[in-house]
Amino acid sequence: MRLFSVIKPGLFTTVQDLGRYGYLRFGVPISGAMDQFSLVAANVLVGNKPDDACLETTIVGPELQALGETQVAVTGANCSPRINGEDVPMWRTLQLQKDDTVSFGMMPTGCRAYLSIRGGVNTPLVLGSRSTYVRGGFGGLEGRRLRGDDVIEGFDVLPMDTGYSMPKQLVPQFSDHVKVRAVLGPQAEMFTGRGVDVFFSGLFRVSADADRMGYRLEGLRVELEGKADIVSDALLPGAVQIPKDGKPIIIMRDAQTTGGYPKIAVAIAADLSVLGQLKPRCSVTFFKVTLREAQERAREFFKLLKDLSSMLLRDR
Amino acid sequence: MPARYLPFGDAALVVELGDTINLEINRKVVAFNDAILKAEIHGVEELVPTYRSLLVRYDPLKTSYEQLVFRVKDLEATLEVSDVKVVGRKVTVPVVYGGEYGPDLGQVAKCHGLTEEQVVRLHSEREYRVYMLGFVAGFPYLGEVADQIATPRLETPRLKVPAGSVGIAEKQTGIYPCEAPGGWQIIGRTTIKLFDPLQQPPTPLSSGDTVKFKPILEAEYKTLLGK
Repeated sequence: MRLFSVIKPGLFTTVQDLGRYGYLRFGVPISGAMDQFSLVAANVLVGNKPDDACLETTIVGPELQALGETQVAVTGANCSPRINGEDVPMWRTLQLQKDDTVSFGMMPTGCRAYLSIRGGVNTPLVLGSRSTYVRGGFGGLEGRRLRGDDVIEGFDVLPMDTGYSMPKQLVPQFSDHVKVRAVLGPQAEMFTGRGVDVFFSGLFRVSADADRMGYRLEGLRVELEGKADIVSDALLPGAVQIPKDGKPIIIMRDAQTTGGYPKIAVAIAADLSVLGQLKPRCSVTFFKVTLREAQERAREFFKLLKDLSSMLLRDR
Repeated sequence: MPARYLPFGDAALVVELGDTINLEINRKVVAFNDAILKAEIHGVEELVPTYRSLLVRYDPLKTSYEQLVFRVKDLEATLEVSDVKVVGRKVTVPVVYGGEYGPDLGQVAKCHGLTEEQVVRLHSEREYRVYMLGFVAGFPYLGEVADQIATPRLETPRLKVPAGSVGIAEKQTGIYPCEAPGGWQIIGRTTIKLFDPLQQPPTPLSSGDTVKFKPILEAEYKTLLGK
């Protein structure tokens, strides 16, 4: 079912769901929304399943025209969404009529916004997911970012009879400086005491080399005890690798699945969505937490995602 | 060496069996992988065997790091030497060596004072173990090549290596499943499709399998390609 025609594709807009799990051992990255919290929020605001596919848009949003009546929601980075040129709120259900246009402004803070569509974006499931993995050329719309002549397909579902909004206290605030909690990584012992101290107290700036695969950071050198290389082993999003130059690389969702640099730390699952909203020139400071605390926060976070639909405010 | 158990963030565990590229270590990795799969441990989501360690991704809502380590250590105690010797499938990979398909074959030969034919013979007479898959989807890290043809990576990596390219990097050999940037010494090309996201599983190779390269002529390569 044709739901939208793409007038302008935006800078880098892809179809994403919560990700493609179970294929890391074949070298297939997890992919999926960089900000999982915002994706789930966008979905539940239009009555979708938490893991339905949405559009993830980066820094400059697309312009779309509705081909029929539908409901949408916009979450993630503040992107000043508009319907037919009129400003509309984020983090709530929005009603669209045929021929309505949806457009976006700049994103002063945060890097990625999510547009959910009632019923979810319909692209073929590839290895169990609709997430686009551009480097591998599969998932989403033919494995690529949106183009000007694309049509977004959806599912034939009944409209919701009412709208919802997100309680204010649950709407994340995005900032150019973030604090990210992390636990010591599997190769933390390869670093000097000073190296570990610098990592867990220093201010690191996101370089221009930052995308869905990962972010290279600039800052004080994180000192290794001896050699900088290890025999490659597995990587997961949130892992922080330190190559010979001492500059951290944060592994994100489209990164390769194995790597040969020592991992000093791993960001906690609950803070991955915060990392997913960083863009070049933002800064980040890492805070060390114990594994026990990280697991506690992970359980809270995943429970929040699960319960989010029941926490929404119903329109009067 | 007993296994080391290391947390990898709050949703994964690394079972480290060593820190070198070594057949015995990798055999243990695959044996651990199979034992954990068989035990169907509650909360385990997926396993990633690599050269020297096994990553166990789990759901922190269903289990904790401590619980999981406890279960896996139990399995370690029961891992038998025979489990460690289990061999995977054997896959023959036809390769046209040299020329436009293997632009670095001449360099590899020159580097070791060999003829191109000798390099081809040394590369194709061995059976290689699939140590792991990674780098790009479906890329098999195979080892180990004979010392006489072990060659360092290119000084300047190529921006584009064609799909199917067979390369050497130090004692490893590998196959590019798709066009990708890369610094391996490219000595040939195969027609075998190593990654297809529309197939289940998406790649014909798994850690622990065996690969043997079979030299073919350009005419055969073209016939196979046409099929």
